[in-house]
Amino acid sequence: MTMTDNFAIELTDIDKRFGAVHANNKVCLQVKRGNIHGIVGENGAGKSTLMSILYGFYQADAGQIDVLGQAYTFTDSHQAIAAGIGMVHQHFMLVENFTVLENVILGSEGGALLAHGLAAARKELTRLGDEYGLKVDLDATIDTLSVGLQQRVEILKALYKGAKILILDEPTGVLTPQETDELFRIFGALKQQGVTIMLITHKLREIMSITDQVSVMRAGQMVAHRDTQATSREELAELMVGRKVLLQVNKKPGNGRAPLLKVKRLSVSDNQGIERLKDVSFELRAGEVLGVAGVSGNGQTELLEALSGIVPMTSGTIEVLGFKMDAKHPLTPDRLRELGLAHVPEDRHRMGLITDFSASESALLGYHTDPKINSGIWLSNRKVEANCQALMQSFDVRPADPHLKSANFSGGNQQKLILAREMERNPEVLLIGQPTRGVDIGAIEFIHQRIIDMRDAGKAVLLVSVELDEIMSVSDRIIVLCDGEISGRIDAADADERTLGMMMANALDPIDPLQTMDDQHASSGQASSQETQA
Amino acid sequence: MKRDTRITWINRLLLPLLNILTAFAVTAIVFWLIDVNPIEAAEVLLYGAFGYEEGIGYTIYYTTNFIFTGLAVAVAFHAGLFNIGGEGQAYVGGLGAGLAILFLDPTLGAWVFIPASIIGALLFGGLWALIPAYLQAYRGSHIVITTIMFNFLAASLMVYVMVHVLRETGQMTPQSELFPTNAWMPFVHDVAAGFGYSIEASPLNLSVLLALVCAVLVWFFLWQTRWGYAIRATGKNGTAAVYGGIKPKRIIIVVMCISGALAGLVSVNELVGYQHRLIMDFHLGYGFGGIAVALMGRNHPLGIIVAALLFGTLYQGGAELAFEMSGISRDIVVVMQGLVILFCGALEYMYRPWLIRNLAPVKQQEAPTGVTA
Repeated sequence: MTMTDNFAIELTDIDKRFGAVHANNKVCLQVKRGNIHGIVGENGAGKSTLMSILYGFYQADAGQIDVLGQAYTFTDSHQAIAAGIGMVHQHFMLVENFTVLENVILGSEGGALLAHGLAAARKELTRLGDEYGLKVDLDATIDTLSVGLQQRVEILKALYKGAKILILDEPTGVLTPQETDELFRIFGALKQQGVTIMLITHKLREIMSITDQVSVMRAGQMVAHRDTQATSREELAELMVGRKVLLQVNKKPGNGRAPLLKVKRLSVSDNQGIERLKDVSFELRAGEVLGVAGVSGNGQTELLEALSGIVPMTSGTIEVLGFKMDAKHPLTPDRLRELGLAHVPEDRHRMGLITDFSASESALLGYHTDPKINSGIWLSNRKVEANCQALMQSFDVRPADPHLKSANFSGGNQQKLILAREMERNPEVLLIGQPTRGVDIGAIEFIHQRIIDMRDAGKAVLLVSVELDEIMSVSDRIIVLCDGEISGRIDAADADERTLGMMMANALDPIDPLQTMDDQHASSGQASSQETQA
Repeated sequence: MKRDTRITWINRLLLPLLNILTAFAVTAIVFWLIDVNPIEAAEVLLYGAFGYEEGIGYTIYYTTNFIFTGLAVAVAFHAGLFNIGGEGQAYVGGLGAGLAILFLDPTLGAWVFIPASIIGALLFGGLWALIPAYLQAYRGSHIVITTIMFNFLAASLMVYVMVHVLRETGQMTPQSELFPTNAWMPFVHDVAAGFGYSIEASPLNLSVLLALVCAVLVWFFLWQTRWGYAIRATGKNGTAAVYGGIKPKRIIIVVMCISGALAGLVSVNELVGYQHRLIMDFHLGYGFGGIAVALMGRNHPLGIIVAALLFGTLYQGGAELAFEMSGISRDIVVVMQGLVILFCGALEYMYRPWLIRNLAPVKQQEAPTGVTA
């Protein structure tokens, strides 16, 4: 066996430009056979480009790709698949109303009639399932499967197509901690069978716990390769950002005062009549950050949108700064904004800004009727730009150009612009959803500090996030949503990953929905001993 | 020149120009295929549109109609609404203008009649769009479907009104009696004569000024007011607009009324300005033409004026062409328009990648714009 045969993947001097952007600059990477290799880097560091080149989506401008000791030039992903590479995308590529079996053979049906292909696939999948411990009901339709199982189907799909090398892009973003553990167990089984795994993630803890080697990318370049055992989270973070990073948020204990937001038995149904939020009650007090944890899609979006007046509630009451609203008497988003409630939406492209608008116009969203910017019927573009300039300055948005189209800012800078817009008006209550999704580490630190600053200034902050680290380090108290219901309440000081994970999966006993945190400064241990109320 | 500036110029000037030239080139091939000398045809067309004073008058007169309907389509489009009902709104707008004039005392002065007819046209055109707008906003009926249907409704309504209600007594033709001369929008040649200039008579009347004023107002409204901001926000990203406290239902209603009112003004040019009575089918083609004009003009008033002039030229020059040259029927004008729409609308960006590659290539060392971490 020669040297190169030891590597599942060997990339040499990969170079790729998109217009003026140098996405990959002479990138070299060696992935040992049968290893789990992590790739970390900030957004825009070039990880996804590199993987897309490896998978045949893009062609490199220069450089060489060797897979399992053989040189390739991929011009599409079929060739990459044929060479033994499989990819599991962050967003699953599954047909919801097909069965697992049908999804797996999609693209390799084996002839015009399905029967033969299906039978062969069933046999092969059963074998793969046994070999790698990937058990899935082959006849279940995708929409009945949990996210974790859907991901398993994606992995099966890749293995079925003969993948010897699996690339996973942010695989744990949608999983509960327990599902993540299960995924890592599968990784272990795959590794034992000689499959090579490349894991792209920004969660340093996962890198530390599962990988054998880790490579760090920054600004299109590979800046370091490390054996995982010989490095630390702090070192990796520093390598990613290029400077020292505080991983822990600096904060004094909060002191919750008068409740500014009271939610009682709030229920919300979507437009198909499916109840997305059931009987949710809590209070949010001045001077505290209340974290809302949960696996994405368990009612967090509906909670934020109901509280900000965007979606109608079906029952219950919300009291914002002394003003009541219920299903019959809703308050509109503009009215709530006037009252002093600001909202940083979870999805900045869908809701937070208008990507086609210039930054200055996006910085006006929600405040375009402000008399300070209007003189009579005339909306003063000069004042709009001055307003944007001020916001950009205070939140260090780069480039500080109000004329630039909103879409042309990086994710972190878009987010900072939205945060600036909502926070600089000095609202009493701030609703904030996924503040650091798709934001690079340097900006995360900054955003967390701003949230804490608001809290210390006596404002009330509701923080919705799927990042448990974020929830635990920024919040004072935590509620957990599962399937639209509050499945747990806990003080941040008492919270740990395991307990929150149990709550997110609703594995603890349900608790009284009307009971607010006040009565329950108890820890997670006591939560499980609560009386069940039907 | 910086690369961004070059791209802007490619988008705004070079691209439309090339598209039109392509359309004309293909038209030339069509002419050649039917044994018409394309160069001769082009000469006749251009002479017809711009060669003599009356021709120019007709060209601008048609242009005026296209400005109104182009603006109408553009305003709706900025709110993300596709108003295909320009035809019907223009037609019913005519009823408004006509009723305003016919029901006023004929001895009143022009300073009453002209504003009254304009208001009548605005009101009726706007109201005709209000119903589809309401159905879209509160009942979810798609605006494209309803406005198309309202074109047919408008046609039937107008036939009924013209035949049974407004027909001039003792006449078989379904048209109203002549408007009193006080109510006529002054012809440009009359106004010019008043200033001592003599130009050939043509249907061109002062409505063209109204069209230009409307273009300025639309620009101001859309880009310089908070309502325009709300409209554009709704059109670009409805979810974000709701988040921003904008009420989309209200936007739909307001925008469609403005759109319909603008389309209604076609009747001021046609009826108050030239025909001087309510006639059948004065509106035909302008509502749909307005869609192409708005498309070509990138939904910007300035672009719409230019595109409307192009369509006015094709209208007038094409009519002249059909009249002057044997072997060319009026339908060939429709073919030309179709080709212009095809190349300027559907194939709008055909040349863009090629132009950018050749005229605004990426410099290797240039720092990325707006992509800093």
